[in-house]
Amino acid sequence: MITLNVNGQTHELDIPPDAPLLWVLREKLQLTGTKFGCGQSLCGACTVHVDGEATRSCVTAVSEVEGKKVVTVEGLVPRWMDPLKEAWLAEEVPQCGYCQPGQLMAAAALLVKNPEPSDAEIDAGMSGNICRCGTYPRIRKAIRRASRSAAEGRGV
Amino acid sequence: MSESVDIRRREFLLASAAVGGGLVLGFYLPPRGGVIAAAAAEPASVTPSAWLRIAADGTVTIIVAKSEMGQGVYTSMPMLIAEELEADWSRVRIEPAPVADVYNHTVFGVMVTGGSTSVSSSWEQLRTVGAAAKQMLIAAAAKKWEVPVSECRAREGLVSHPGSGRSLGFGALAEGAAGEPVPPVVALKDPGDFRLIGRSLPRLDSPAKVAGTAVFGIDVQRPGMLVAVVSRPPVFGARLKSFKSEAARKVSGVRSVAQIPSGVAVIAEGYWQALKGRKALEIDWEEGEGAALSSEGLREAYRALAETPGTVTRSEGDAGAALAAAPRTLVAEYDLPYLAHAAMEPLNCVVELKDDSCEIWTGTQFQTVDRNAAAKAAGLKPEQVQIHTTYLGGGFGRRANPASDFVVEAVHVARAARAPVKVIWSREDDTRGGWYRPLWYSRLQGGLDEGGTPVAWSHRIVGQSILSGTPFEQAVAAQGFDGTSVEGAMELPYAIPNIRVDLHSPTQVVPVQWWRSVGHSHTGFVVESFLDEMAHAAGHDPYRLRRRLLADHPRHRRVLDLAAEKGGWGEKLPPGKGRGLALHHSFGSYVAQVAEVAVDEKGRIRVERVVCAVDCGRVVHPDTVRAQMESGIVFGLSATLFGELTLEKGRVLESNFHDYPVLRLEETPVIEVHLVESSEKPTGVGEPGVPPVAAAVANAVFAAVGARVRRLPLLPERVLAARHRS
Repeated sequence: MITLNVNGQTHELDIPPDAPLLWVLREKLQLTGTKFGCGQSLCGACTVHVDGEATRSCVTAVSEVEGKKVVTVEGLVPRWMDPLKEAWLAEEVPQCGYCQPGQLMAAAALLVKNPEPSDAEIDAGMSGNICRCGTYPRIRKAIRRASRSAAEGRGV
Repeated sequence: MSESVDIRRREFLLASAAVGGGLVLGFYLPPRGGVIAAAAAEPASVTPSAWLRIAADGTVTIIVAKSEMGQGVYTSMPMLIAEELEADWSRVRIEPAPVADVYNHTVFGVMVTGGSTSVSSSWEQLRTVGAAAKQMLIAAAAKKWEVPVSECRAREGLVSHPGSGRSLGFGALAEGAAGEPVPPVVALKDPGDFRLIGRSLPRLDSPAKVAGTAVFGIDVQRPGMLVAVVSRPPVFGARLKSFKSEAARKVSGVRSVAQIPSGVAVIAEGYWQALKGRKALEIDWEEGEGAALSSEGLREAYRALAETPGTVTRSEGDAGAALAAAPRTLVAEYDLPYLAHAAMEPLNCVVELKDDSCEIWTGTQFQTVDRNAAAKAAGLKPEQVQIHTTYLGGGFGRRANPASDFVVEAVHVARAARAPVKVIWSREDDTRGGWYRPLWYSRLQGGLDEGGTPVAWSHRIVGQSILSGTPFEQAVAAQGFDGTSVEGAMELPYAIPNIRVDLHSPTQVVPVQWWRSVGHSHTGFVVESFLDEMAHAAGHDPYRLRRRLLADHPRHRRVLDLAAEKGGWGEKLPPGKGRGLALHHSFGSYVAQVAEVAVDEKGRIRVERVVCAVDCGRVVHPDTVRAQMESGIVFGLSATLFGELTLEKGRVLESNFHDYPVLRLEETPVIEVHLVESSEKPTGVGEPGVPPVAAAVANAVFAAVGARVRRLPLLPERVLAARHRS
């Protein structure tokens, strides 16, 4: 049995320890917001947070996250959820939308560590996530917007 | 001026009362024939399916017959109906259409999303639906109030009678409206009165996409569903000789292993188990003639083929004589590789097969063709097959497969599985699965007169036909060649008196397909690079030469001027940097782009800025046009800088994003999009942003360091080699 903590809920699952977290989330827990893109940690579509760190769930065995807190797009931390999702809508970021949960998870992890990233820091923090529709210019704008609105919210 | 549409001429509108009260309005457009023989051969059944439902509570549900793959049709299509209906946009909902003739493309005659045609082909049709429904709502209100129809008006989901101050919501009027006759003639609004069209309304699909709740094909769950992966031949055209499945069957979670026409399917409780099972398979393939193929070999063969004349697709003046007489001539060869679509969502398909029905859930662009192919594979009638179109995690053409490969295969797997099944392609399967943008070779000759003015242009193209073997094959027979192979080259707009364009269409075992912008994806690069070469050879400014040769093409000129102006054409740049320009007309739209690049001593290119001007006629949703131009530019840059599939011994060497790289955020330039205001009919935006960008970048590289690279992608070693040559 493997014990998983996902979005604040504990699950006891009868799965082999080497099962990839991505497929356990998608197929066992029906959390399909986390996407399969490459299976090799190359595209970022499967990004989740493990103890706050952006993590590629497609190459992470469930045994590696036992005793840790896993957060998916469905349970994205409230502090960044609102400004990020609002910014994503205000800039009309999504096109096909498939990579966007992973993009949001990467953006949230970036802003948690660095609430006011420079353009170069946004580029560095987001370049592990591929978007074939080419929403990159809007992702840049949305992260700047989320950073600004969160700063205003904090009264900075 | 408002237009008037006579519905009686060729269309039937069907009204009926909705279950639970309300108005359902259908609209039947018989296939206009010609393009697809298969569609014409089918009985034209009048399906009373609806384009819109108005519920008693006033909610307007608009059925969208186009697949949402990022291009914004789940917003632009309902806007066309809501505009004429005078709906309250905040009460508009959408629903994907099932497969039915009523939803056939007004030009192509089957249900398909492609060719950048959604808005242009629905522009009149959907506005007519909205206008007819509005007229019926008004008629119902007028009857109720016993006032003349002419005294009532509709606005924001209400019909009102200003004279008496009365008004009723669409919901309250819907049932009465359903009893009204469908008007034989409707008046469409004067564009000056548009309230929705021309505005960047919030996209209706964005909230679900941001929440992670949008359902793509790969997210579909069915009770008792199994998951399968398929081991497909390593070489195109190879056949299965034998296989051993004992080890695969022993993998925990694997339910069964089955031979199907496309390979060997491993059916399991989940994807990961299926993948593990597949690794344990031992398969012996009969590789066949495909095993001799290499992309280098193909290039050599195409080069040799180009020594002989091909099928002439355009001939004006006498290019041969003019070239022979020209005081100055240029010759150049251009090469473009096979490309995969590489949509973010790998191919997948869910099938639930029963004795007398087949339900399919998938992100497809090609519903009618898929339904018919699935019926054939399942041994059912087309009407027994239902397709639920989910969101598409990118399409780029791959999800409109002429053979319905990923759908048909899933039907075969479902047959073997005896349970609902989801077939998932790994990224490697997707990259190596064929149906590529063809490998292209072009040979160009240009002639200049004493003053350096182009007087002759000869363009020979070699590459596989995309349309042959598809439902659109008839067009090839009718024209004598595949028009999509030469599109963008054949219609060279420049005023050159002697032009010849000819084509060779060799066949190969590698399956090819439309890839965002189809033939324009190679001709945009080739034509606009070679024109640049001619300009530089004659000592002309590439912008001014284009401008001069486009005196009779005002729409081309307008985007060219706009891009040049906004892109700072002619302004100085530091050493190692350059600016390049390209212009291309495709899918009815005109796009010009100015790219600014920096090239380092290792030949690495950094694209810093792309300025884009577009004229796509009347703009329905400005932000979508901007988004599609940005999207096309990023997609095109991936192919410009990185995209290349390599065949060796019939095998595709590339497999995933590490060896088939695509543009990432840090490599993305600043992109500026400028829209030309126009009252012309709307034209395409999904694809036209792609064709010019490779040439704009290649021309900028030449301007920066004098390296003329004629082979895509523009790899650093190719830049260095070209620089060395110059």
